[in-house]
Amino acid sequence: MNENRDEKNTGTVTTAGATFFSFFVTFIFMFATWIILSGKFDPLLLGLGIFSSALVAWFFHDLLFAGVSMKQTGVFVRFCRYMPWLVMEIIKANFHLLYLVFHPRMLQLINPHIIQFQTGLKSDIAITTLANAITLTPGTVTITATSEGRFRVHAIDRPSAESLPGAMRDRVAHVYGEKI
Amino acid sequence: MHILINIAAIFFLVMGLVFFLGGAVGIIRMPDFYSRLHPAGKLDTLGIFAMVTGLVIYNLHHFSLETLLLSIKMFLIVFFVFLASPTATHSIVDAGMRAGLRPWTQKKKKE
Repeated sequence: MNENRDEKNTGTVTTAGATFFSFFVTFIFMFATWIILSGKFDPLLLGLGIFSSALVAWFFHDLLFAGVSMKQTGVFVRFCRYMPWLVMEIIKANFHLLYLVFHPRMLQLINPHIIQFQTGLKSDIAITTLANAITLTPGTVTITATSEGRFRVHAIDRPSAESLPGAMRDRVAHVYGEKI
Repeated sequence: MHILINIAAIFFLVMGLVFFLGGAVGIIRMPDFYSRLHPAGKLDTLGIFAMVTGLVIYNLHHFSLETLLLSIKMFLIVFFVFLASPTATHSIVDAGMRAGLRPWTQKKKKE
C-alpha cells in the first residue's frame, strides 16, 4: 500500500494543507501499525503510541507519503479493488507453473525466451507496479523496465508470454488513471 | 463447526506444502539460471500465502481480539514477502543479465 502512495512530487511547492495531509496519513499508518503490533489497550501504552507516532510522522512526513493529496484517495480505492484480481491471477498462473514443474516431459513443454514490449505507462509508480505484478505472476520475470515504459520480460513458455502486456497493463493504467 | 475449520486449515496447509514442494522440485529440474528463478521466486510466494491462510483459519478457532490481532500480524508477513520477493527476483535476474549469461532456449537443445 505504501508503494501506492509513494508518488514523486519533489518539484512542486508543497502547501501547508498538503503537508498536514501527508503528516496525517503517516500518523494514521504509524499508529495502526503500533496498535497491531502491541495489541494492548492501556491508556499508558496508547498514549506512548500516539506520542511516538506523532514524533515519527512529524520528522518523516515528507519521506513516506510525500506529496499525497486528497485527490489520490481514488487511486488508493482502485488499488484495493485491483489487489483481489492480482491475487486471483497469481493463483491461476501458479497452478500452471506447478503443472509444468511436475510434468515428466517438462523440457519439451517449456520454451524460455525474452520478449520486449512498449507499455505506454508514464508515471514511475505505475511502471513499478506493473513490473512487480509481472514478476509475481509465475511464468514471467521482468528483466528491465525503463522510465519510458519499455519492458523486457523473461517468459518460461508461450502461453505466459502471450498474456502480456494485455489485461494487466490495462488494469494498472486504470488504477493510476493513465490513458494509453 | 470445529471440524469444518480444521478441514479448511488442513486444506490450506497441504496446499502450501505442495507449492513449496513444487518450488523445490522446480529449482532442481529447470534447465538454466533464469528458468530456475521462476519456481524459486513465485511458488514460494504463493506457498507462504496458503500456509499463513491455513494458520490464520486455525488461529481464529476461538474468535477474540487477541487472535484477530495475531492473524493480522501473520498477514503482515505475507504482505512484506509479496513486496520483497519480486524485487529480489528482479535484482537476481538483472545481475545475471549484466554478467552476460545467455538464457537457455529450446533451439539449443535440438542441436
